[in-house]
Amino acid sequence: MIRFKVNGTVRETDAPPMARLLDVLRVPLGLTGTKEGCGEGECGACSVMLDGVPVNSCLVAVGQCEGREVVTVEGLAHGAELTPLQRAFIEDGGAQCGICTPGMLVAAEALLRRNTSPTDDDVRDAIAGNLCRCTGYQRIVDSIQAAAAAVRAKTSKASKASKAGGETGA
Amino acid sequence: MTSRVDRTVGKNVSRVDGHAKVTGQAVYVDDLTTPGALFGGTVRSAVARGTLRGIRKDPSFDWTGITVVTAADIPGDNVVALIEDDQPLLAKDAIRHVYEPVALVACDDPVRLQQAIAAITLDVEPLPPVLSIEDAEAKKQIIYGKDNVQKRYVIEHELGGKTIDELILACDVVVTGRYAVHHQEQMYIEPQGMVAHWQEAGEGAEAGVGDGVHVTGSLQCPFYVHKAMKRAFALEGDRVHIGQAVTGGGFGGKEEYPSILAAHAALLSKVAGKPVRMIYGRKEDIEATTKRHPARIEITTGCTKAGELVALKVECAMDGGAYVTLTPVVLSRGILHAAGAYKWKHARIHGWAVATNTPPNGAFRGFGAPQTIWAIERHMDRIAEKLGKDPLTLRQQNLLAIGAVTVTGQTLTQSVGVVECIEKAVKSSDYFAKRAAYAKPSPAAGSRTRTRRGIGAAVFMHGAGFTGSGERRLKGKVQVDLEPGGRLRVRSASTDIGQGTETIFRQIAADAAELPFDTIEIETPNTSNVPDSGPTVASRTVMVVGSIVGKGAKMIADRVRASGTGDFATLADALLAREKKVSTLVEYEPPVAVQWNDDTYRGDAYPCYAWACDIAEVEVDLDTFETKVIGFWAAQDIGKAIHPIMCAGQVEGGTLQAIGWALYENLVMKDGHILNARMTNYVIPTSKDAPPFTTFLVEHPFSGGPSGAKGVGELPMDGGAPAIAAAVEQAIGALCNDLPLLPEDLFRAKSKSQVARS
Repeated sequence: MIRFKVNGTVRETDAPPMARLLDVLRVPLGLTGTKEGCGEGECGACSVMLDGVPVNSCLVAVGQCEGREVVTVEGLAHGAELTPLQRAFIEDGGAQCGICTPGMLVAAEALLRRNTSPTDDDVRDAIAGNLCRCTGYQRIVDSIQAAAAAVRAKTSKASKASKAGGETGA
Repeated sequence: MTSRVDRTVGKNVSRVDGHAKVTGQAVYVDDLTTPGALFGGTVRSAVARGTLRGIRKDPSFDWTGITVVTAADIPGDNVVALIEDDQPLLAKDAIRHVYEPVALVACDDPVRLQQAIAAITLDVEPLPPVLSIEDAEAKKQIIYGKDNVQKRYVIEHELGGKTIDELILACDVVVTGRYAVHHQEQMYIEPQGMVAHWQEAGEGAEAGVGDGVHVTGSLQCPFYVHKAMKRAFALEGDRVHIGQAVTGGGFGGKEEYPSILAAHAALLSKVAGKPVRMIYGRKEDIEATTKRHPARIEITTGCTKAGELVALKVECAMDGGAYVTLTPVVLSRGILHAAGAYKWKHARIHGWAVATNTPPNGAFRGFGAPQTIWAIERHMDRIAEKLGKDPLTLRQQNLLAIGAVTVTGQTLTQSVGVVECIEKAVKSSDYFAKRAAYAKPSPAAGSRTRTRRGIGAAVFMHGAGFTGSGERRLKGKVQVDLEPGGRLRVRSASTDIGQGTETIFRQIAADAAELPFDTIEIETPNTSNVPDSGPTVASRTVMVVGSIVGKGAKMIADRVRASGTGDFATLADALLAREKKVSTLVEYEPPVAVQWNDDTYRGDAYPCYAWACDIAEVEVDLDTFETKVIGFWAAQDIGKAIHPIMCAGQVEGGTLQAIGWALYENLVMKDGHILNARMTNYVIPTSKDAPPFTTFLVEHPFSGGPSGAKGVGELPMDGGAPAIAAAVEQAIGALCNDLPLLPEDLFRAKSKSQVARS
């Protein structure tokens, strides 16, 4: 039995340790948001975060996940509240057919967690392992930048608020 | 009259399928839960041409619980009903291409399924295959008709009793060129898939589920599948139910092929008595499904010394592959775009498609036009060179305009925004200054920089809607129903495959009915729930189907408002209470002025055209011959941008497919086998390969489209490759007349040009 955390909840599987993480997520765990586009680590449609690092779940054996934490597209939103990235992909044209979107969001989430002020080149580097055939990538880059701006605005508002609160307290 | 609600056309409303797509909730075919379903697979030919002598099942293999079907199990006609009846669903006697399906296998375990497929041997007596256009034209082997020609068209324009050669030879300047383009794989990120469930009469336990065959899958054209299934299973239409799952891209690749996959899954389900899932892996998808037609195009032109174009001769050969599929229509659109966006006094355009023993070629965004526009745009650069003129200036001098006549005799009466497209792209890219700067010779030997830049332009158009009298024959329909609370339900067969149909149809319907956007529902296409609106192809969804969506929505809203006074929802409920069903079925009527003659191939080839100018700037590494696209400007006249962000997404996505076709993608075939049927070695552009796009949506409205909209889907695929080639040519100083332009191709082109010069 392999135990690992998926989207914050401990899950168990009796799948063979060499089973692809992708298959375990999609079939027994029913998390079909993670997609298979090529099965050989080229397209990135199956990207998930493993301990915060984006990986191709078609190339990860589920046995490698023992005791670790996996986040899929289903685990990005906080309940009903979408993340800035999810909102931006809806509003700014980042999603068209949607099949690459779960993987793109995972790769972009990993970027924004370490850098909320990426350059366009940083963004293109972060999603270089995720193929999209619909958008030409421009709207995806724009969506990620819009989300980064939203994250920065929220952070600066929060820090201003806490600063203001601090002054009042003083 | 002031509008009752805020208009949404022209605004970037939220994508209605966005939430499901960003949360992983959208259900694609591979995500469908089908309890008790078997996995289906295909036994395919490994030879390109031969005679099937037998199908052998390994007696040492345990066949318990495994279903195997062959051509003999097909209850109706063993054909893929489309245009010609030449393609079988499963090969019976003749093998005509590698990967041709011969038998189908179903099993409850995917691993055993693969073992079972491997335990079936095909006994095929090989015959010499025809593997290229030139092989087919040599006619050593006849594999189709009497001369291997699947279809032929000729357009003749103002020859006045002379031959086109005579008219060309009478000109001051004659230029001849030969251009070639290669296959292209659609490479939607979601492979093809279908789930089929055969329900015999009385078995349909679920409410509303009729008996017959139910197929749900990744597809563009539910009624194409419906037509093919009726024929294959000898069923009445009301027993065939074809539905669309959320579809992960199509680009034409899911236009005609899904008919085959649907019939295969349904046949297995019928014989096995259980639901069957057939989801292709990437390799099988690349091997088995259709590609863009390769083509060889020869052009000879005559013009004046001042650069006025006079006479055009085009000889265009396309490779149709092993079966006809949609080739005649692809060829037709190809030759109808072969004269480019220019005025010609005289023209003869001759196109033919030949059969080869390679997997059938079929629909791919652009549908024949990218091939011929590649040729004419490269040829315009050849003419400019000969005249010593700037290539864009030569184009500007000869553009079609309102009042001008095309090579099919069509007088353009409205919606020609090409001049504005060129102005916008030129200004934003600083084309003329860069073109002059990059034309200066390299620094003296010894101080040579490793990279050189170039900039190039393409000007082009794309006919919106079906070719010629297609829309008149098709009679696309849309139904709009009134629902409780004053909501409208739009029923159409137009599929959203990522381009945003569900969102845009809501915008069009809401504005036409003067109702809020969120009171419009769009029915998910299923042949049992929607009328046949025609296929989701040919840049026709917004212009043609969208126009009747608006019309139907307005008709229902008008009836509600005419029924009394009061708020819309109350009136609607009262009307529904009285009449039970309030619904309208609207049929598309092409503008009366649009007339086409299929026999002479003269008249209005399309109701209107979308126009564009693309400008590409590249940097080529002169040691490795790698090309980096450093800027791309696309200005495209689409009549009206219903949803500007989605339109820009179409332009940029289509353009990147064109850039991929030019610089990265190369399907390698040997003896009819595809050697690179993987994403690892069939390379499509990544985010690092894609240039930053500067996109201009130009709006010269077309009176026949909703709010003036024309087609946007295919246009962007047409101009990217020739614009890139023009830029690369300037950078490396060698001719680029053939696609692709991989580093090794550019190295060869450069070596050849140096040999020629010395």
